[in-house]
Amino acid sequence: MELSSPLAIDVENIAFRYPGNADVSFSNLSLKIAKGERFGLFGPNGAGKTTLISLMTGLLSADEGHIKLLGHEIGKKNENAVNKLFGFVPQDFSFYQELSPAENLEFFGAWSGLDRQTIKKRTNELLHILGLEQVRDKRVEKFSGGMKRRVNLAIGVIHNPQILFLDEPTVGVDVQTGHAIINYLLELNKNGTTLIYTSHQLSEAEELCEDVALIDEGKIIVQDKLTDLLKDHDQETLEDLFLNLTGKAYRN
Amino acid sequence: MFKLWASILKDFRVLVRDGIGLALMFIMPIVLVFVVTDIQNSTFNLINKNKLPILICNRDTGQSSKQLIEAINKIGMFKVSQLPKNQDKNTITDSMKAKEALLSVVIPENFTVRVKAKSKSVAGKALTSFGLQADSIQKNVGEVDPLILYYNPVLQESLRLSVKGGLQSALQLVESRETLRSLYFSINEKPLPAQLEDEMLNNKAVINEIPVSKDGSLKAPNAAQHNVPSWTIFAMFFVIMSLGGSVVREKVSGSFIRLKTLPTNYVVGLLSKQITYVVVTVFQAIVIFSLGIWVFPLVGLPGLNLPSDIFGLFVVTLVCGWCAVSYAICVGVFAETHQQSNGFGAISIVILAAIGGLMVPTFTMDTSLKTFANVSPMHWCLQAYYGLFLEGGRLKDVLGNLVPLIGIILVFQLITFIGLKGKNLI
Repeated sequence: MELSSPLAIDVENIAFRYPGNADVSFSNLSLKIAKGERFGLFGPNGAGKTTLISLMTGLLSADEGHIKLLGHEIGKKNENAVNKLFGFVPQDFSFYQELSPAENLEFFGAWSGLDRQTIKKRTNELLHILGLEQVRDKRVEKFSGGMKRRVNLAIGVIHNPQILFLDEPTVGVDVQTGHAIINYLLELNKNGTTLIYTSHQLSEAEELCEDVALIDEGKIIVQDKLTDLLKDHDQETLEDLFLNLTGKAYRN
Repeated sequence: MFKLWASILKDFRVLVRDGIGLALMFIMPIVLVFVVTDIQNSTFNLINKNKLPILICNRDTGQSSKQLIEAINKIGMFKVSQLPKNQDKNTITDSMKAKEALLSVVIPENFTVRVKAKSKSVAGKALTSFGLQADSIQKNVGEVDPLILYYNPVLQESLRLSVKGGLQSALQLVESRETLRSLYFSINEKPLPAQLEDEMLNNKAVINEIPVSKDGSLKAPNAAQHNVPSWTIFAMFFVIMSLGGSVVREKVSGSFIRLKTLPTNYVVGLLSKQITYVVVTVFQAIVIFSLGIWVFPLVGLPGLNLPSDIFGLFVVTLVCGWCAVSYAICVGVFAETHQQSNGFGAISIVILAAIGGLMVPTFTMDTSLKTFANVSPMHWCLQAYYGLFLEGGRLKDVLGNLVPLIGIILVFQLITFIGLKGKNLI
């Protein structure tokens, strides 16, 4: 696949193996994602999606090869500079449930390198956009799953990252919340944010992603525009394509 | 600096919303310090003020047993009640239960006769050894029948030994009086004058008790001086119930991982936790010391006297708090669940307190346990506090305790770093 835009992410010939565990490993894996893409990374359980995202966010270090985010190589030397470029919305509610949404945003905003004024401004904006204004000072532990998902998302984007990694950002939410989150992500993308999305909700993925890659057993099986892939493999939906390429057997 | 401040604010907010953790850190140690000081103070009062109830069943009809009872009364340690002479063991034990006496003494029949006979025999032997002729030296006099001391098993061994010592001293007084009287009568053929008898029997040197203090203070330490520092240290280490759990929650929720993706060094997070919780431990100390100073006297407990070196006290409190916090973070990093952190945390603190001398003084332990005591950070905390509170020392006098404590802190920090690194959390 040819990429005309500058690269947001450039994974080049990486190798990785968990110490003492040969199950999930990459060998000579490469992946290029252009700036401004809405990129979906899909695969069955244990295929290596989370590991690949962990490598791209610097949570894990590749044994070999290079990973660049917007031209900056991930590594200990420029960790802080690279970490400013991206936001991460994990599948877990990775924040402080004892705190309110505003307090969480204040803390994570500070750790993202923002000053007080910017944090205040962004907090007000995000709580408004994500419909959390009314509960801004209430403890998150009392919130519904959908509200917690929105807090999780707000924290990931407080510093206006250029790249946003999303791991199952809508899992367990009602249709309305899921729809609102997807619309917000589309809005972010319109403003230039590159989205790297992974989920098992493939119908939602079809709505969000233009470009997709399927990964299985540590290898990228296909990567292209979603429409082209469906056409090339003579499939109607992403789910059909997924099952066609990864099989129907159980995965652990 | 703003990142550090934001982190401290976050940790403080998480802390104040953890009601159970706060209760464990403040209410439980306060209750403990009250209860333990009251118990120790009661033990002191039992001997010195309240007196220990004792029942005496006097089966003898002579003078010596009466003198013995009088001597027991004079010890000042007992509240004596007499039982009828014909009571058997079962009746005596029933009376102990009924009258809430932990002790009873049975004076055997013919006690006076035997004491007098033995005294006469001893006096005769003494006269013979002086080269004087004794009127009649009774041979094969035999020993005085033993007194029987019944005691409730709840009475601690140390207290029982002290009671036994008191009774032996009363018994010795009675026997010595009879021997003196016999001896005097044999030589002078007239009774020993009461004044002379009194002088001879009560001519004991006085024992002055002086606490050895570095500041020359002669004030004897009270139960509060002993207990308040001990249980303050215990309270400080109980921050593990909140802090350990908080670290575990951050790991389990994935917050730690998320923080790793942000452009801030993990040191800021660790520093913030340490600052927040060290402040909490200092606050705990202030609360417990204040109770000791102002509230204890209001409820009839001895008041706490602060050491003269307040700056030294602050430094020692700070280092003790830092050690407690370092331990809590270390446990939190390795615990996989909240239950593990709390369970291991609570049990390990009780063990460290026990071997560190917070519950039983280390000088009463055997050599191997004393060696273990050096491993417990609480031992060094306690020694530093005792150096200030009991020995009247200053900061320079307790530096020898603070140095090992700082060494232990560094070990905890290193283990924490290794744990975080090993779990890929930093």
